[in-house]
Amino acid sequence: MKKSVFTGTLVAASVVAGFAAAGTLDDVKAAGELKCGVSTGLVGFAAADANGVYHGFDVAVCRAVAAAVLGDGDKVKFVPTTGKTRFTALASGEVDMLARNTTWTFSRDVDLKFEFIGVNYYDGQGFMVPKALGVSSAKDLDGATVCIQTGTTTELNLADYFRSNNISYEPVPIETNAEGQAQYLSGACDVYTTDASGLAATRATFEKPDDHVVLPEIISKEPLGPLVRHGDNQWGDIVRWTLNALITAEELGITSANIASMSGAAGKNPEVNRLLGTEGDLGGMLGLDKQWAMRAIAQSGNYGEIFDSNIGEGSPVGIARGLNASWTDGGLIYSAPFR
Amino acid sequence: MSAITEPEKGGFQISQLLYDTRYRSMTIQIIALIGFLLAVGWLVRNAGQNLADLGKPLGFDFLWDQAGYDINQRLIEYNSTMSHGRAAIVGLLNTLLVAFLGCVTATIIGVAVGIMRLSKNWLISKLMTVYIEAFRNVPVLLWIIITMAIFIEIFPQPSHFRGEDAIASMKLFDSVALTNRGIYIPSPTFFPGSGPLIAVFFLSIVGIFFFGRWAKKRQEKTGEILPTFWIKLGIFILPSIAAYYILGKPMGLEYPELKGFNFKGGFYMRNSLISLWFALSLYTAAFIAETVRSGIQAISKGQTEAAAALGLRPGRITSLVVLPQALRVIIPPMISQYLNLTKNSSLAIAVGYMDITGTLGGITLNQTGREMESLIILMAIYLAISLSISTVMNQYNERVKLRER
Repeated sequence: MKKSVFTGTLVAASVVAGFAAAGTLDDVKAAGELKCGVSTGLVGFAAADANGVYHGFDVAVCRAVAAAVLGDGDKVKFVPTTGKTRFTALASGEVDMLARNTTWTFSRDVDLKFEFIGVNYYDGQGFMVPKALGVSSAKDLDGATVCIQTGTTTELNLADYFRSNNISYEPVPIETNAEGQAQYLSGACDVYTTDASGLAATRATFEKPDDHVVLPEIISKEPLGPLVRHGDNQWGDIVRWTLNALITAEELGITSANIASMSGAAGKNPEVNRLLGTEGDLGGMLGLDKQWAMRAIAQSGNYGEIFDSNIGEGSPVGIARGLNASWTDGGLIYSAPFR
Repeated sequence: MSAITEPEKGGFQISQLLYDTRYRSMTIQIIALIGFLLAVGWLVRNAGQNLADLGKPLGFDFLWDQAGYDINQRLIEYNSTMSHGRAAIVGLLNTLLVAFLGCVTATIIGVAVGIMRLSKNWLISKLMTVYIEAFRNVPVLLWIIITMAIFIEIFPQPSHFRGEDAIASMKLFDSVALTNRGIYIPSPTFFPGSGPLIAVFFLSIVGIFFFGRWAKKRQEKTGEILPTFWIKLGIFILPSIAAYYILGKPMGLEYPELKGFNFKGGFYMRNSLISLWFALSLYTAAFIAETVRSGIQAISKGQTEAAAALGLRPGRITSLVVLPQALRVIIPPMISQYLNLTKNSSLAIAVGYMDITGTLGGITLNQTGREMESLIILMAIYLAISLSISTVMNQYNERVKLRER
């Protein structure tokens, strides 16, 4: 009996620890597809449509990386992960990268041995309540029952916020956004808390979105970004600069509409030329070809286009650019230069 | 000269290890053992090496770090500033609570259903068959989830109790609130001077025990049977009630009341606890019912007929003749049902019940990234719980098994 448990532990251990040592780029090329960890379903960020095709803001990042590396943005295997399983999936090599509304924190970066390659959405934790409750501030929530996704930073922020304001609450841990929605709508919790973007996305799917309000308090900083494993710097660079390419493209006015003409021949702006590979060889430094960034941008457009079509004000989720506007428009979205 | 050939001394040859039947099996076993240990060693080394490469060498220091998360159901004092180790203990107690409640309820339901399935009443026995087959043949996770879903949907939310024309109202003279967040029942409150009352209560329980022994001795001596049940009930209730009034009502009930978002006061049983407990009990009870039925059917009909011929009434035949013999058959498989229930309780996270898998194997694992360490502790804990249950039940089995003389 003892021995069998021991062996079981070891098997579990070797599964957890049996990750590919290095050379993620080679692995991806050899497999012919990019394994990308996304959420189990959050409209606007990552959700499969009726045909099983994934769409969304985070999905677009995966597709851009696949387009840059493999030349085809459809060569992505999307692996749905919960808040709990995502890190194990990445650490064990089950996915090559994670684009799943994941908050960049010190301990995840340092202690969990991951590498956040940038921020693609500046978020903060908010609260959603039914209008009928008549609550106008999170400080009125003393004694409320709060639904919360386990394994997230929101869990820790919530504990901190209520403790520092000296008010009590009853946490109801849930596994996925769908479960949280069910409990919240049936009134088993008074409040649903997660990142404000997630609240907006969830509210958009309600039958009567106007019966629910998102409270004004944003209780935390949640910089969300894609991440990869520690230790494979080349792969980290590829993902980082693919995201930067999308951001820079918006800044430089490269869109999915004009990219074909702009990448045809070298133009007047040297940074556009370097980015699109008509001048210099930035792709070669990454271990890719010259057109990597061109393909990434052509896949679903620049950062601004991706934002607008998935979660922007024109979409059902309806989030304003706010902090996520380009720095040239007063936002925080800023890329290091391509030079 | 001598024709007797002495067995050669020290004539042991290496080849004997393989060709001599006296040594062969031992040789094979030793080789197999070495192979097994090598395989285990390789796995351990590999896992250790990989963890070290990942920069996460094995270590249990994280148990003393601040947990930072809250747990809704706590049987001991806990808040988010306490350690991961403490959070694990809170989870462990929650696991033990639901396992204990589940085992007790499953046994009661299981025994009742098992006996009813043997009933001569066609409707009852068929209904029980349907229940047993439905529960035994659907995964328990689905039962847990559906119980929770039903619970959330059929009971009113606390806000429905509010206002002049409230949709929902409290049950049993406004003492019990059934909401989709759980059930609130009144809890006792102790005023000064309640000490003697509690003492009287416990003394009466001791009294019942001694009365039982006395009545049994008396019956063995004289053959007279006392109506022990009623006398025991009297000892249980009367002194406490008398003391309650003599001491000037030193105890009261705290009723749940709607305050703010939720009911406050009284005992609060969360929806997650109730649905998990309910689903696990019903699921395991279906298996226990079958065990009980097979145990009863294993007793030959001659025993019942012989007892009846001696003039025993049907109730006594069951309790004095059939059940004591059936228990011998029932208990060993019952142990594994209890173990199953305890292990199945690790599905608790499906309804957000914070058991040890939810705290140590869930949030702590996730926030600290210590998969290996958390899983090792978790497995050791489940192993310890299961072995303890086995030990206790085996001792009980020793007591009831047939004495061979």
